[in-house]
Amino acid sequence: MEYEVVIGLEIHAELATKSKIYCGCTTEFGGEPNTHCCPGCIGMPGALPVLNKAVVEYAIKAGLATNCEISHYSRQDRKHYFYPDLAKAYQISQCDYPLCRNGYLEIEVNGEKKKIGITRIHIEEDAGKLIHDEYGRGTFVDYNRSGVPLIEIVTEPDMRSSAEVKAFFEKLKAILEYTAVSDCKMQEGSLRADINLSVRPKGQKEFGVRTEMKNLNSIRAIVRAVEFEAKRQILELEYGGVIERETRRWDDVKGESYSMRTKEEATDYRYMPDPDLYPIYVDQEWIEQIRATIPELPDDRKKRFISELGIPEYDASIITASKPLADFFEAAAKESKNAKAISNWVMGDLMKKLNDTGLEPSDIPFAPGNLARLVSLIDENVISGKIAKQVFDIMWETGEDPADIVEKKGLKVVTDTDAIRSVIIQVISANPKSVEDYKSGKTKAMGFLIGQIMRETKGKADPQAVNRLLKEELDKL
Amino acid sequence: MAITKEDIERLADLARLNLTPEEIEKLTGDMETIINYSMNKLNELNTDDVQPMEHVLPVRNVFREDICEQSFDREDILKNAPEKAEGCFLVPKVVE
Repeated sequence: MEYEVVIGLEIHAELATKSKIYCGCTTEFGGEPNTHCCPGCIGMPGALPVLNKAVVEYAIKAGLATNCEISHYSRQDRKHYFYPDLAKAYQISQCDYPLCRNGYLEIEVNGEKKKIGITRIHIEEDAGKLIHDEYGRGTFVDYNRSGVPLIEIVTEPDMRSSAEVKAFFEKLKAILEYTAVSDCKMQEGSLRADINLSVRPKGQKEFGVRTEMKNLNSIRAIVRAVEFEAKRQILELEYGGVIERETRRWDDVKGESYSMRTKEEATDYRYMPDPDLYPIYVDQEWIEQIRATIPELPDDRKKRFISELGIPEYDASIITASKPLADFFEAAAKESKNAKAISNWVMGDLMKKLNDTGLEPSDIPFAPGNLARLVSLIDENVISGKIAKQVFDIMWETGEDPADIVEKKGLKVVTDTDAIRSVIIQVISANPKSVEDYKSGKTKAMGFLIGQIMRETKGKADPQAVNRLLKEELDKL
Repeated sequence: MAITKEDIERLADLARLNLTPEEIEKLTGDMETIINYSMNKLNELNTDDVQPMEHVLPVRNVFREDICEQSFDREDILKNAPEKAEGCFLVPKVVE
């Protein structure tokens, strides 16, 4: 039987505020355990929360950038659960009156455009970190993260494949980066996704029973988890099994999801309005003030790169998906006036370096101007394209200016015809067989001889001069 | 409205309270009395045009600016911890 996979996401993003959501402790990542804490964020009786205004503004900004309606009236609620990651035994969140509703993002997969609905965006506090002691002493609790502000973005079950999930997630991540709502550092847990997934026979209207996988913290893990879980559910049904409504844990090392304990009864969070906090009223004027701070978003930037800088659509979508990469590209392209060449370097050597080293685009170890000057050196025929790759590698290691590298390492193109001619004569006399082949009409032999000459000159000879002079010398014979 | 023993047991479980059978018995009766009294009172009133109360004070938009303040010394933070180790609160092992 043919099945359809139905996926919805709940995405948590830590906001880029300096201080926590309800107290003045820092949100900085890391730090010795329990050093970013005060009576408020460790749940001491009597400590009262006061809402950080920037949290509301960031959440509204995220809502506006994802086409949401902004609620004029919004409220904060307590969600009760017993788990030591939150000391109060409840999390302050939003239940019935979230700040943003009914948004969407448009994604494109295989040339097909599709809208993915966003049900809501609400604000809440992050929980502390638990470390389970391997020697069995118990569980260590670090409350540094407790009270770091989050937005939770809940989508409609509109996605139908891992490719759509990836496209949506990448787009949302780019928007959160562009608007600087979150730093989106997935390796630090700033952005993480829960996946709700079910399958149903194609054509069936009702949804199947869904499972939830929590806290996926890389795009690769999200894609793999979706693919594994879809396959697992389909196999289960094919063999006459049933899908349990449950939370499953994704094991990224094994590449499998497995069942955590099944919920015997539906969890009861006993939501109630938090009496310590006041309602939030957002008027149109405030919304417009926030709207005015939204910068150019990825889609617009992509269009501009295509029309203004003339780079291919494919390159533009890859480059604009990451704000730091797009910033780097744009700065380099503006300085070099050869945007296409810059785009080729970014899409090729630069991306490869980032992949190989696992660095983020924000960590590129040289300035955009250096890439621009590297391209100029090629365009002005100071170095060959092949040598440029060497220079690029050195730039990556040292961050030096390409012109200095070329000067220091003596990598300039040799245009001195006498020098080139003497190498040519040497190569010709060392390869009589190839010369004979050439004379008997095998033009391929010419390529071999050029290769030898370039090798002798360590790639520095001006290829046009080599071509011309080699022809001259061969014709003399 | 009838309150059953099961209602009380479930509430006690959610609130992590250990109740004896006698306490459950007593609370079942008490709770029923309280709920029914309040419901009867409410039913005497016409609340059709009354908005649910969102807060006891007519105050809205109470914010703080996004400014960092000095956190507490860790020693003070951990002072009330029943057990601590390596700068952390130590609690019985929990795995969700």
